[in-house]
Amino acid sequence: MMARDLERHLRDGVETTPFCPGCGHGILMGAVLRAVDALGLDMSRTLFVSGIGCAAWIPSPHFRADTLHTLHGRALPFAAGAKLYNPDLTVLVVSGDGDLASIGGNHLIHAARRDLDLTVVCANNQIYGMTGGQVAPTTPLGAASATTPEGNDGRPFDLCRLVEAAGASYVARYAVVQPLLLQRAIERGLRTPGFAFVEALSPCPTQFGRRNGLGDPAACLAGLKEALVSLEDARGLGAEALRDRIVYGEFVGG
Amino acid sequence: MPTETVESLLTPGTHYMSGNEAAAEGALAAGCDFYAGYPITPSSEIMERMARRLPELGRRFAQMEDEIASVCAVIGASWAGARAMTATSGPGFSLMMEALGYAAFTETPMVIVDVQRAGPCTGQATRVGAGDVMQAKWGSHGDYQPVALSPWSVQEMYAMGAEAFNLAERYRVPVIVLAEEAVGHLYERIEVPPSTRVVRRERDPRAAPFGTEEPDGVPPMPAFGDGARLLVTGSTHDPRGFRRTEDPDVHRRLVERLSRKILARRTEICRTEAHLLEDAEAAFVAYGFTARSALQAVRELRAGGRRVGLLRLQTLWPFPGEAVADLGRRVGRILVPEMNLGQVEGEVRKAAGCPVAAYHQVDGRVIHPDALVSWALEAA
Repeated sequence: MMARDLERHLRDGVETTPFCPGCGHGILMGAVLRAVDALGLDMSRTLFVSGIGCAAWIPSPHFRADTLHTLHGRALPFAAGAKLYNPDLTVLVVSGDGDLASIGGNHLIHAARRDLDLTVVCANNQIYGMTGGQVAPTTPLGAASATTPEGNDGRPFDLCRLVEAAGASYVARYAVVQPLLLQRAIERGLRTPGFAFVEALSPCPTQFGRRNGLGDPAACLAGLKEALVSLEDARGLGAEALRDRIVYGEFVGG
Repeated sequence: MPTETVESLLTPGTHYMSGNEAAAEGALAAGCDFYAGYPITPSSEIMERMARRLPELGRRFAQMEDEIASVCAVIGASWAGARAMTATSGPGFSLMMEALGYAAFTETPMVIVDVQRAGPCTGQATRVGAGDVMQAKWGSHGDYQPVALSPWSVQEMYAMGAEAFNLAERYRVPVIVLAEEAVGHLYERIEVPPSTRVVRRERDPRAAPFGTEEPDGVPPMPAFGDGARLLVTGSTHDPRGFRRTEDPDVHRRLVERLSRKILARRTEICRTEAHLLEDAEAAFVAYGFTARSALQAVRELRAGGRRVGLLRLQTLWPFPGEAVADLGRRVGRILVPEMNLGQVEGEVRKAAGCPVAAYHQVDGRVIHPDALVSWALEAA
């Protein structure tokens, strides 16, 4: 596929992403569009729902489909209403970790429990980016944030295990440094009849990297790559060896 | 706007049911085809009726995880083309406030039936109150104009359950049926009409869905999947839906239009009902269940030779100030009884132009006509 082929999925006038230099969300944006394109989905029958935060701007206003930019934390119930009423719509929720797992956490576990036919792409940058770098429920233990200057003393959610326990039909985690795997996971999520959850690790050099000495955007991407360990490899490792590592792969379905 | 008359779902004629059941049936008669809700006393009978009736009719019902999810699902369904509603009571209504603002700002038709109980907070869950009147108007942040109706009977729960949808679709606005526990749990005979008027939205996929040439216009509203590739956002948006969060003119035009489209149509939206006002020297202004007590008090006072009447407010928001002002020119005194500490009273005072006396009762019980008779004899 030629790079410009995806432009037909963008609204007229969209020329740039709204994201900070080095943000991973632009790569994720491409992965979502490539997945939709690869499956040949009719964008005029596809609904993208997002909440509030940086990741909520991935589909809205950029994608040339129905886009519903909702309230903070509430993308899932809005999506559920649309999908329940019109099951012919393909419904993707694209939003951030704070939006889906903190303020929207209750909706996330209930959407997974109901196993409604939605595909959720959760951009996890481990921080509240848009509001200025406050701690999120996904921020690693010890990490500095605008509201944990001495280091985060709260354990982060493992979002994949959370939605797996709640009953999701497809659960996968990849990072934006694995764009092809990420794209394939989104495709599999879209093909799964039932609740599909794809966690996409995406670096935030501006709010997270800067505070935690991770270096420039390229260094943030490199650091993310080094932290990754596959589900298969992780099985042979103990808890100590897995500390600070990010396990990727398909946890349910696939 | 496309309007049609559809055959009623229930057999036309006399039925016996509760106010809550009638609200559900009225909504169904007007084409309600999506309900999402969460159980809460004293509104749950609406949801239980919907849980049975909607699937029977091949329509959609969902019990959600909380009231926030319920109202958000209703908005999502409305954009997918549904005539969508939820029902709740005080604590749930409070949880719905942010999304109510979203519906107002994105001009999403939806219906909320709030069966009011004695608040604030958990209050008295099974007892009556009318303390949500101002919340219905001002509960979400920012400036907007919702529509709120106040039924006084089971018959009117049916009628308003239906009409709420027509108002919501015509003006693209959230409509609140501000019922009270006493009406929701009241059992009465009602007459089901042979047909129901149904206003349908215009779904032109080419028109700008969030703007019109007129400063008080209501734009057409296509649904998801219609090919309009809609761009819906709760941020300030231009007529096509693009976020314009820095442009003062776009924000001002939008916020002003959302208010104007309702306020400029006050006379066609507002409904009031006059009882024994022709020769009245004093008048009650009342709404909801309290208007029943006020009407009984009027009859007893008249039997004692007092020229008293009643103006019943069927619409609370936008406030029917013209009808109250007109009344104030004809009577010497207006009496406002309420099951709260004075919420409509203030609106009446703004409009009346004559002395106003108020009667407040917040003990979780309906106001007895005898209490209004004694009070009126002193106050009038």
